[in-house]
Amino acid sequence: MWIYEKKIQYPVKISCKDPRMAQYVMTQLGGPDGELSAALTYLNQRYKMPTQKAKALLTDIGTEELAHVEMIQTMIVKLTKDASIEEIKEADMGPYYAIRDTAVYPADSTGNPWTASYISSTGDPVADLYNDMAAEKKAKAVYENLLKLTDDPLLKDSLKFLLEREIVHFKRFGEALRNVEEYNKSKKIH
Amino acid sequence: MNKDRLNMLRKIMELECSCIDLNLYLDMYPTDQNALMQYNTQAFQLMELKKQYGCMYGPLSNFGDAQSQYPFRWIEDPWPWEIEY
Repeated sequence: MWIYEKKIQYPVKISCKDPRMAQYVMTQLGGPDGELSAALTYLNQRYKMPTQKAKALLTDIGTEELAHVEMIQTMIVKLTKDASIEEIKEADMGPYYAIRDTAVYPADSTGNPWTASYISSTGDPVADLYNDMAAEKKAKAVYENLLKLTDDPLLKDSLKFLLEREIVHFKRFGEALRNVEEYNKSKKIH
Repeated sequence: MNKDRLNMLRKIMELECSCIDLNLYLDMYPTDQNALMQYNTQAFQLMELKKQYGCMYGPLSNFGDAQSQYPFRWIEDPWPWEIEY
């Protein structure tokens, strides 16, 4: 069961609209290393986790990723709000606009729609946790790229928050991996 | 959104962010008494603040998690993506 909270995890602020940046940021909604991919990966993998710690961690990080999905969606909304047709065209957002105006949609920055092939759930907890550590590193790399693509200090602040969370998640997944490996070793001995 | 309301919401956001971080840590270190004490203290402050905010500006969560005044205040604007922080 999930309960929605009518609040964002961390404030999303922008200095001015920027439809071009909205398209870049979109990859963290519907791209391979985006927040939606992360949330669905962890929330599907958790059923095969053998330890209490790993079950809890995947549930909780998966849930936090859903809050990050909302942050990225809010960035897209704010970056495109009140953009004129001229501004849309100037930002090369015409092809997107033709299909769905400036609606929020899970696609990557080149327009490819989100696909379940971005998520990984192998049934092997060790393989899954290695995957999750890599996923956090890749998401961090994308945030570093996005930070280079904008000069807006307010947007940068929100992107930096998300980048910091990737670092924390990476660390926790590393601990969960050790925990599961120890569990597997103890099972072999007994 | 007026300043007092925004300040209260920001305080709730800060406290909850801290609780999330402590929660993930406690998932891996459930016997860390110091961290658990911090978590419980902040969780209590957060619950109180959310209750207070809900009474003044409408509930922050639904599905029975918080009560509402009449008429059902859950539907009131603004939603999180509509707020100028």
